[in-house]
Amino acid sequence: MTDRPESASQTAGPYVHIGCTPNFAGIEGVYPEDLGARMITGEVTGRRITLVGQVLDGTGTPLRDAMVEAWQADAAGRYAGQEGHDAHFTGFGRCPTSETDGSFRFETVMPGAVAWPKGGLQAPHVTLWIVARGINLGLHTRAYFADAPENDSDPVLGRIEHKVRIKTLMAQPEGDDVYRFNIHLQGPEETIFFDC
Amino acid sequence: MPRQKDPIMTEIPKGGYAGRQPQNHPVALHPPYRTSVKRSPQAAPISFPTTLSEETAPVFGHSMLGALDGDLLHNFGPQDQSAIGPRIIVHGRVQDQFGRPVAGALIEVWQANAGGRYRHKKEGYIAPLDPNFGGCGRVITGADGSYEFRTVLPGPYPWPNGPNDWRPAHIHFSIFGAGFAQRLITQMYFEGDPLIWRCPIVGTIADTSAVERLIAPLDMERTVPMDARAYRFDITLRGRRQTMFENRMEGL
Ligand SMILES: [Fe+2]
Repeated sequence: MTDRPESASQTAGPYVHIGCTPNFAGIEGVYPEDLGARMITGEVTGRRITLVGQVLDGTGTPLRDAMVEAWQADAAGRYAGQEGHDAHFTGFGRCPTSETDGSFRFETVMPGAVAWPKGGLQAPHVTLWIVARGINLGLHTRAYFADAPENDSDPVLGRIEHKVRIKTLMAQPEGDDVYRFNIHLQGPEETIFFDC
Repeated sequence: MPRQKDPIMTEIPKGGYAGRQPQNHPVALHPPYRTSVKRSPQAAPISFPTTLSEETAPVFGHSMLGALDGDLLHNFGPQDQSAIGPRIIVHGRVQDQFGRPVAGALIEVWQANAGGRYRHKKEGYIAPLDPNFGGCGRVITGADGSYEFRTVLPGPYPWPNGPNDWRPAHIHFSIFGAGFAQRLITQMYFEGDPLIWRCPIVGTIADTSAVERLIAPLDMERTVPMDARAYRFDITLRGRRQTMFENRMEGL
């Protein structure tokens, strides 16, 4: 089979919300609901949590025109589409950052540990994907949970050479069942991004 | 029906996704595109072999689509009215880097209207809104990876970057494959547009052939006479490595 190169990425631009969350952008009546608006669709199993944060540029200013997507396993560590996954949980969320303070928010459940291909488990995590004007290729990172004991044996965290940066992947508990995960695009606290 | 005697090779794509090749993509920091200066990560990204988290993705069924989702000419305005501007069909195939069709891929598109104006409150271009044009649409690829939608040819538009920068006419594409590792947002350009090679956003891609793959040629074959011209835009996503082959006799 012929190998062909992946199509090049281009920035999502300032108007990503027209295409991805048109109701949020004020374009109503085309789709009944914005994709990824709800991750929980019924009587979900597991601990309900809220994941909040901001996306900050190199000057520390929050981006008010970004879009963040979340993809995660259910409370038992199963992804939508896998056998036995929670039928009331989509695993997929999409959130435009707020026009006032640039925050994003996902009402979700604490994910279970997920299998690692060579055996063992990955600590609970939420895959996040960030696009915006000025970001030329969507940025892939993971929010782990700072208070999860499984982090110590997570194989991805174990690969990170500069241990001092691991904290950039930790969502911090902030009151009951709320976790904060700020994403720094640049600067001394720059978040770890993955290219896998 | 003739009986096929030869064994056919069936690939079992159980391997992880092949790594992303940076040369196929834009660089993060490209100062002529000014917004990239403070929004580009400086550290090298970290690799690990893809896991279930990257090899699964949300599944979107055809049932989520409305009848007009793939018809931007008609999905916003009042009934019996069409968007203003040159009518076009955009079609193509979504495949992975090994040439396998990507079936069931959700494609979301958005664009400016024929005058180059987006329907967005932050948009300041003087070109008028079209009351019949919202600017978004979506389709899901068929079993062979093919897709098609109908729209108007978007206009080029000026944007605040350098003192006089104009975007070439383009349509934004967001694509979900079978694995989250395939997630991609890109832009489609139109054959023959002289603004393509002047654009600082296009200029974030160093490889000329990678840019050329984003330029859709006019496709007279698919043109509907007296109605709409057609452009063809094929999209390639990352693919999973094959870890084994299986010989299987047809019919077994
Ligand atoms: Fe655009």
